[in-house]
Amino acid sequence: MIEGEPALIDVRQTPGLSEEAGTEVSRNTTWRRFRKNRVAFVGAVILLLMVLFAAVGPLVYPVDPNAIDQVHWTGYPLAPGVAGHVLGTDENGRDLLARLMAGAQISLTVAVSAVVLSVVIGTVLGAISGFYGGWIDFWIMRATDVVLCIPLLPLLLVLTAIVSATSNKASLSFVVIVVLIGALSWPGIARLVRASFLSLREREFAEAARAIGDSDARIIFRHLLPNAVAPIIVSATLGIAGVILLESTLSFLGFGIQPPQASWGNMLANAQSTITIAPWVAIFPGLCILIVSLAINYLGDGLRDALDPNQR
Amino acid sequence: MRRTLQNVPLLLLISMIIFGILSQAPGGPLTPYLQNPHITEADIARLKHNLGLDQPVPIQYLHWLGRVVTGDFGYSTSNSESVTDAILERMPATLELMSTALGISIVLGVLFGILSAVRQYSWVDYTITTLAFFGQSMPVFWFALMLQLAFAVTGITAFGYHIALPSSGISSSDTFDLGDRIEHLILPTIVLSLAYLASFSRFMRSSMLEVIHTDYMRTASAKGLSRVKVIMKHGFRNALIPLVTIIALTLPDLVGGAVVTETLFAWPGMGRLFINALGQFDFAVLMGVLVLGAFFVVFCNLLADIAYAWLDPRVKYS
Repeated sequence: MIEGEPALIDVRQTPGLSEEAGTEVSRNTTWRRFRKNRVAFVGAVILLLMVLFAAVGPLVYPVDPNAIDQVHWTGYPLAPGVAGHVLGTDENGRDLLARLMAGAQISLTVAVSAVVLSVVIGTVLGAISGFYGGWIDFWIMRATDVVLCIPLLPLLLVLTAIVSATSNKASLSFVVIVVLIGALSWPGIARLVRASFLSLREREFAEAARAIGDSDARIIFRHLLPNAVAPIIVSATLGIAGVILLESTLSFLGFGIQPPQASWGNMLANAQSTITIAPWVAIFPGLCILIVSLAINYLGDGLRDALDPNQR
Repeated sequence: MRRTLQNVPLLLLISMIIFGILSQAPGGPLTPYLQNPHITEADIARLKHNLGLDQPVPIQYLHWLGRVVTGDFGYSTSNSESVTDAILERMPATLELMSTALGISIVLGVLFGILSAVRQYSWVDYTITTLAFFGQSMPVFWFALMLQLAFAVTGITAFGYHIALPSSGISSSDTFDLGDRIEHLILPTIVLSLAYLASFSRFMRSSMLEVIHTDYMRTASAKGLSRVKVIMKHGFRNALIPLVTIIALTLPDLVGGAVVTETLFAWPGMGRLFINALGQFDFAVLMGVLVLGAFFVVFCNLLADIAYAWLDPRVKYS
């Protein structure tokens, strides 16, 4: 199930060395190792199914996620199966399955975009920090300290509250959430990349590139970065699960994606008040969040074992 | 000592940034008043002047800092309560909840981690790691809702007993009743413990696995010590070292509280204080809670370093 333990004996090697392990194994071995990890493979399949659910689902089940069923809705959520609503409706008479699909689109897009943003920021800053060292390194690392020391969820809540107070609530859109989450979750990746670069820059091939007169940018992106990519992939994958949880929490508390736009988190915002009469409204969105983040966590864990067997 | 001093500028910088961010709110600290139709613009201007809000933000910050150094976090703009009092009033509830949750997760996490490592690749290990994955992936607010659905709304009948647990508040009445307090603690504690338990048991497992393969463990077995003794006396204590760091880094949650859990269970602690303040944009309260939270993060980071060096004399900080 969770592999990679056999390699534990040489864990005491110098830090930083482990990051290179991923490049020394061929792509083929990596794939074979990944395939062998059945749970991770199932995670990948489930994730793929969820992407299909978000992308193709609305074509197969063409119900407007924001339309209120004026005919059948009487002010209470409709039960699953009633009046053609496969999973019932929410407290406003909107089809739950259609909203789950719309929510899947939003939650997955927010998570992937925010992680891409944080990976870009983290990689660039970490690379610069590790490559140049000195006072640049000092200040970039102090910046990561600052970001890491402010509790993330409360800070995000304050920032989104300010944005929504400055303009109207509806402007608290997708882009704002993505930018805020992305701009505050890069320190982990930055530290990871910096650690790899500290050792990579001393290696012979880096010196060779310098000797033939390559520019710093070329050395960083063409020669060093490809060697530091394995831990970035692992950390980004696990980061997606983290952002899905974060976004849904924000939306649940009313400071994330704003209704009527459905997100798995804001679908649960009013579920507590109707939970006695309509538990399905509360059950399904959370189940989606749990399944997706479970799938991603297993996938990420499998990727770590496959790409980077020395790191655990 | 030098490391302690290094943290002072870090804290100043953090508080400066938080102050700067909070000042960006359209009405600043006066936002709650702006929504009140009985307060005229002249009143606002007068208030602004009296509170020093007509001065530039950096000057305001210095005033704030000057007061905070003496332990005065200012006054709540929504109910004029002293922020220091408000925080001190909420702190015990948060401490009660968080220390219970952390205590349980540390004990169980260590136990599960050891079991998992010692019986690697057995069904025990698989069960525990699966549980840990669930704990890591669980959306806290949904888990809380599901527990409320199961135990609080209808109650569960198991083994001939009907179990129904309260799902909101810290107690049913003002008079102290231990049983009642414990009943109120159960659900929020379970919700909070799950995630901590997951991370602690995973850390303990991998750190224990690392230790099991070391030479001194082999030596201990070779000289004929029983397996339990080898694990508990030689393995356990060494495997605990990395976990101490993780625990120290979790401690700031003791103060920040669990925003989500406290909100869902109507727990009268710091997390709910924060959420309520956020709803009204109560500047002084938000500032106080955030800065206090950051202070504890910095403090616990330092604590983690010190504990690590103390437990493992090989570690030297230059």
